[in-house]
Amino acid sequence: MSTAVTAATTADDKKWKMIDARIRRRGNSPDSLIEVLHAVQEAFGYLEPDVLAYVGNALGVPPSRVYGVATFYSLFMLKPQGEHTVIVCTGTACYINHASALLSRVHDRLDIKPGETSHDGLVSLLNARCLGACSMAPAVVVDGNVHGRVTPEGIGLLLEGLRP
Amino acid sequence: MTDLAEAEEPLNVQSGPIRACANVCEAAGCMSLDAEKVLDALRERATERGLTDVAVKRVGCLRLCAAGPLVEIPEQERLFEAVDPTSPASVDRVIDALAGGEGGRSTADDPFFARQVRIVLANSGLVDPEDFDDYLAHEGYAALTQAVTTMRPYEVLEEIVHSGLRGRGGAGYPTGLKWRTVAKASSTEGKYVICNADEGDPGAFMDRSVLESVPQQVLEGMAIAGYAVGANHGYIYVRAEYPLAVKRLRLAIRQAERAGMLGASIAETAFAFDVDIRIGAGAFVCGEETALIASVEGRRGTPRPRPPFPAQSGLWGRPTLINNVETLASVPAILRNGATWYRDIGTPKSAGTKVFALAGRVVNTGLIEVPMGVTLRDIVFDIGGGIIGGAKFKAVQTGGPSGGCIPAEDLDMSVDYESLAQAGSIMGSGGMIVMDETSCMVDVAKYFMDFCRDESCGKCIPCRVGTVQLYNLLDRITRGEAESKDLVTLEHLADMVKSTSLCGLGQSAPNPIFSTLRYFRDEYVSHIEDRICPAGVCPMTSAVTS
Repeated sequence: MSTAVTAATTADDKKWKMIDARIRRRGNSPDSLIEVLHAVQEAFGYLEPDVLAYVGNALGVPPSRVYGVATFYSLFMLKPQGEHTVIVCTGTACYINHASALLSRVHDRLDIKPGETSHDGLVSLLNARCLGACSMAPAVVVDGNVHGRVTPEGIGLLLEGLRP
Repeated sequence: MTDLAEAEEPLNVQSGPIRACANVCEAAGCMSLDAEKVLDALRERATERGLTDVAVKRVGCLRLCAAGPLVEIPEQERLFEAVDPTSPASVDRVIDALAGGEGGRSTADDPFFARQVRIVLANSGLVDPEDFDDYLAHEGYAALTQAVTTMRPYEVLEEIVHSGLRGRGGAGYPTGLKWRTVAKASSTEGKYVICNADEGDPGAFMDRSVLESVPQQVLEGMAIAGYAVGANHGYIYVRAEYPLAVKRLRLAIRQAERAGMLGASIAETAFAFDVDIRIGAGAFVCGEETALIASVEGRRGTPRPRPPFPAQSGLWGRPTLINNVETLASVPAILRNGATWYRDIGTPKSAGTKVFALAGRVVNTGLIEVPMGVTLRDIVFDIGGGIIGGAKFKAVQTGGPSGGCIPAEDLDMSVDYESLAQAGSIMGSGGMIVMDETSCMVDVAKYFMDFCRDESCGKCIPCRVGTVQLYNLLDRITRGEAESKDLVTLEHLADMVKSTSLCGLGQSAPNPIFSTLRYFRDEYVSHIEDRICPAGVCPMTSAVTS
């Protein structure tokens, strides 16, 4: 137990060092807020309230503004995400090519809608406003890998593949 | 610089003169289909077969995205589609052609390629986007060098004015006039050039491809703009959704700095210009100039009333030129070939070419660059190869959520700013979505309103509340629960949102409703009066009970 805690703390320390470095690189400048939040999310997977407070303090930005920015932009996550991320593109080309059928299939399987995480914490479902992969519509991104011309059966298989 | 340009040769498998080169597309579309493995497999096989006078290199977008991964042998005008790196036969087909054999699809007389005129994309699919010297060898930075060493800033500016270039981000404002306003604005604290690469329209991927394929060309355009308007700092505001574009831009900036094409004393003159990248975080409204500026400053991306225009008071209150990716990428070729050359392409009021992302229910989906003034029919049926499965064409959507749908009877209209506006749509940034009979036009309007409702920044009430109410009305119509008076309310409210919203997002949000009502009113009527969705798309939940 104690070893696990130590390991987690050390890993976190590294992440904090990375974030501090990013803050310093832009000279603690308030206009680097979005960039720093990107770095925090990259490190921790989402934006925790304490971390938001820390960032605000370091950049001299009031908490209200940090929270305002974090909630304004759709790519910033304020809740922990699942182990795997499945993004279904719902841009126009994907919409025309029936992306909604893919979302319903995920809903049937995992009972989640875009923005939600499955009960076992395994899969987070997101929808994208166009990934620019229109020629492969409908497109699905699983953990950063783009899959094109996905059918409802196809997304079922992709979900199967995420099972531990 | 000329020494460098002459010294350049493509990446070889073997050293020595090159007879033919296999260009492997490594833009995002093909990359997601394992294009990197295609490149490795081709190199390996070429070496195995002992070919010494051929090359295999990475290039940007080869445009026919539907058929990726793509490999082209430009010397033979042959394109290989769906190359499978795991299949020796598929790899060998390319190698055979490289070695002098047959095979592949001829691009010389294929309308998809032959009907295109490439200015912005001239080097896309020809130049290695990660190789500075390769860009240099293809007239890269010739325009910037020419501008800073032989021209005065106002001469560069006038060249752009005379070229007739108009903003490619959507609105079509004359680029030269915008440059002139920023050039005239006085500032003791400096000016800025911002490249708007926040390509937010769903169904549009032109800017992504340009940035991934010819990042240096965009930087060159920015530096020329900086020289013309008197700015020494530039920002590229790019979507976080485009990681490959960001990676290549970062690399391109470092390479250009090292080669003296960015940074202090460009081309050994007194002109200095640096470029920094700012990454968005998922907000469509940031494509609007003033919202984009707020976001670059690290704030919520909400727009503010104009005037003052960014040209007078922009980033940190200083004069700021904001141009779209494609606009800036057009600039080097205009300077190299002259304003008259550019003006002669396209139509009198819409000069030059436009890049479109062709997608939807069309056979040849991908990236196309055509002279202004071609007809929609040419694009959809000639270049695009018609509708998938020979189905019936219904409409083409241009301009994304700010645009409209153009029906079959207008297919022969010319594609230029004025004609598209007359038809109730807009040029937009270049997304072109082809729809067949399986699309319900009311549902299409609802789709775009859902988008605008979601992306409204919430600052002004007409947009924040109006888009939600418009969506609810459309939702009722598509569920078969609407009455005739709802259609009246819809039109009235759409008018109000259009005329009273603060920025372009709200002002143009009702456009998809207006254009579908104009051409497909009967579909609305049958949803409301007959409780029938003619395309069979809408659930029409109350149809059973009514």
